[in-house]
Amino acid sequence: MQEQANLNRRNFIRISALTGGGLVLGFNYFLTSCSTSQDGGQVIELNAFVKIDTKGRVTIMSPNPEVGQGVKTSLPMLVAEELDVDWKEIKIEQAGLDTVNYKRQVAGGSGSVRESWESFRKVGATARQMLISAAAAAWGVPAAECATENGHVVYKGKKKTYGELVEQAAKLPVPENVAVKPATAFRIIGQRTRNVDNHAIVTGQYKYGIDTKREGMLYATIIRPPAFGMTLESLDDAEAKRSPGVQQVLRFDNKIAVLGRSTWEVMQAAKKVKPQWKEDGTLESTADYTEKLHGILAKKPEDKPRRQDGNIGQAFAKAAKVIELAFDAPFLAHNTMEPMNFFAHVTADGAELYGPIQTPERARGRIAELLKLPEEKISVMMTRMGGGFGRRLMTDFVEEAAMVSRLAGNVPVNVIWSREDDMTGGFYRPMCSYRYKAALNGNNELVAWHHHSAGVSGGGASPDSFPAGAVPNFQVDAHTYKSPVTTAPWRGPTHNYIAFSEQSFLDEIARQAGKDPVALRLELLEQARANPVGKVNYEPDRFAAVIKKAAEIGGWGKSKGENIFQGFAAHFSFASYVAQVAEVEKQADGKLKLKKIYCVVDCGTVVNPSGAETQVEGSIIDGIGHAMYAELTLTNGRPDQSNFHNYRMIRMREAPAVEIHFIQSSVAPTGLGEPCLPPAGAALANAVFAASGVRLLDQPFIKSGLFA
Amino acid sequence: MAAFSLTINNKKHNVDVDPKMPLLWVIRDVLGLTGTKYGCGIAQCGACTVHVADAAVRSCMYPVENVGTQKVTTIEGLSEKGDHPLQLAWEEVDVPQCGYCQSGQIMAAAALLKSNPSPSENDVHNAMTNICRCATYNRIKKAINQAAGNKITIPNP
Repeated sequence: MQEQANLNRRNFIRISALTGGGLVLGFNYFLTSCSTSQDGGQVIELNAFVKIDTKGRVTIMSPNPEVGQGVKTSLPMLVAEELDVDWKEIKIEQAGLDTVNYKRQVAGGSGSVRESWESFRKVGATARQMLISAAAAAWGVPAAECATENGHVVYKGKKKTYGELVEQAAKLPVPENVAVKPATAFRIIGQRTRNVDNHAIVTGQYKYGIDTKREGMLYATIIRPPAFGMTLESLDDAEAKRSPGVQQVLRFDNKIAVLGRSTWEVMQAAKKVKPQWKEDGTLESTADYTEKLHGILAKKPEDKPRRQDGNIGQAFAKAAKVIELAFDAPFLAHNTMEPMNFFAHVTADGAELYGPIQTPERARGRIAELLKLPEEKISVMMTRMGGGFGRRLMTDFVEEAAMVSRLAGNVPVNVIWSREDDMTGGFYRPMCSYRYKAALNGNNELVAWHHHSAGVSGGGASPDSFPAGAVPNFQVDAHTYKSPVTTAPWRGPTHNYIAFSEQSFLDEIARQAGKDPVALRLELLEQARANPVGKVNYEPDRFAAVIKKAAEIGGWGKSKGENIFQGFAAHFSFASYVAQVAEVEKQADGKLKLKKIYCVVDCGTVVNPSGAETQVEGSIIDGIGHAMYAELTLTNGRPDQSNFHNYRMIRMREAPAVEIHFIQSSVAPTGLGEPCLPPAGAALANAVFAASGVRLLDQPFIKSGLFA
Repeated sequence: MAAFSLTINNKKHNVDVDPKMPLLWVIRDVLGLTGTKYGCGIAQCGACTVHVADAAVRSCMYPVENVGTQKVTTIEGLSEKGDHPLQLAWEEVDVPQCGYCQSGQIMAAAALLKSNPSPSENDVHNAMTNICRCATYNRIKKAINQAAGNKITIPNP
């Protein structure tokens, strides 16, 4: 297993160097110096995650980028659990990029808790063991007979605070293979715990990247090509340069940067720049892409299948019934509420980078390459992000900030994107088309499944997704059409659309086979359990359990009144199992309204129930919102949508009620920021079919005219 | 450029800015009160919501010259100690995910409760049109309900 924490001796024990002090504590530490706490205590780093001052105040570092997924709360909970401290008394601090002491400082793939579960607890347990050893030595008693209680080591009526012990503890050798608690002993893990930044957020005190302001800093805005397939030929910046508050106008790559003393002034001035753009290739439109993708799917698959079990050709030839459906998915923008921005201050021999980034290590690497600077001369500090959803996995906005800082003469800059820049600037969820074909035998059993997809600048297949493993003849073919449109992962990459198409198709198969959609899924999972076909990347029993539970809490198959219709969907992604029931109401005028989603999740151990519930509820409503309302289209390479007046986002009135149930589990936690989004659109579409007999085959659903 | 004397959070500020500069940018870039957020610049998302004379205003399209002598309140001035019933409810209900839109959400909700202390669910929906990409809407509704003394009738859990 990859350890998140680097536990080697040299790095594990450190006395930190924040301000002066120069406390020398012994021979076996990587000593730098120490800092002083507000009330005069010396702050000692017991390891890269735990700082304790001599007055007993405990600080836990949170190394992962916080994007709203709650890791600044849930990951320190893992350390605090094993360290045995009072959660209410400790302080949590965001750590910057530090690849010596931390591993995987990334917000992506719903992986933070999964990847940290063992190592973060071990870090806490190891620090606790050192504090115990220090106390045992001081008292001359066996360490094995000492215990800890909320920031104290105790032994038969004796008691010392961690603060009293930390100096001695830091001198001890780092113990190896310290055991972590059994789940039955958890006091912090599993407790409803509020987001640690709540107070700063609700009082407006929290500083996001966009709020960064430094002495001598200039705000900057960047003009980028207005269409995919255009480059910058020339520009006239005379009027812009005369605009109030403007200090510099720079040209780099195919872009123009306007720098000045306020965001609004540079944004106004940017409108006065007169660039000449030229076509550099074909300017393509959405209609062209649809034609290209459908053209690819009309032909026989050319590339090697991404997955192939049995022989679909023979199975279709012998089939009692063949079922086919085709689906289309639009480009989607990420639309983080905090638009892209980054602070950069490049100097002659280094750079400071500060802002919202899901991939700080990748960003540092890119800047080192771009500016020909050694990585160790580049610092990266991550701010809490006003959303990421995959957009901030990219590093383009960091590269721009660093370039502008350097070209402006090593000036500190905060490059801020307008909403229009952000929405039209590319890196979209790829546009994709799908063709599905299934065969039933004479007993109405699913005997063949063919997925054929094509995407623009990205793929659409998830080859091992259920019902892979449950169907004897199964094939997945996927193609990519290369275009100048830039694409990027988007919350629940690939899954966010494939769950819609697969789960809608399964619903149609159930209908044509004369089976209940829940019963069909359970029948297939039984098949995958008893007679698996090829690789099965899910546990059929866990999958079946969420499906049964969702049917139970959703009252599946029971009448809820003549105007209420239900749809079912289930999907496995990011190692978590999700099943959902959507409930729509047919109004007096025949229009439909989504009222409620029931959701059952098996994500292993739930570290923070409050954080977990809000991830589930939010991702479901987010998934519904995008399935219902969102699309980004292009005309001659130009995005047609530029802001929230013509790119519709879900709002409170449209949000359904959500009822959530977590499967009780003691296995290691799995992903949660993403896996509940993908099935939501399918559950809704299947409920729409139940209510109207209309099978929704493309998004956004609002275009169907079925909705209130 | 023109001189304006603004009363923000009960404090006088003299600024010399373009009269057309939206209040948002005066608050953020000139005065350094960054709790009010930029989200869209066209009064669609509500991240920039402040109060002008107790009414919720989307400050990104509100020119500073329109403020006059009206009192402006930002999230930083909603309460002295960060203990407005909505702020407490937001923390208690654990509303924020990324948190970026929440100051605007709270300001919109505060204006609503000030003019209508017992809003119906429909009143809440009419007033709360701010966008949250994390989709914390149901918790926002719950927090407003809690701050309003649980007087809002919400049909579904």
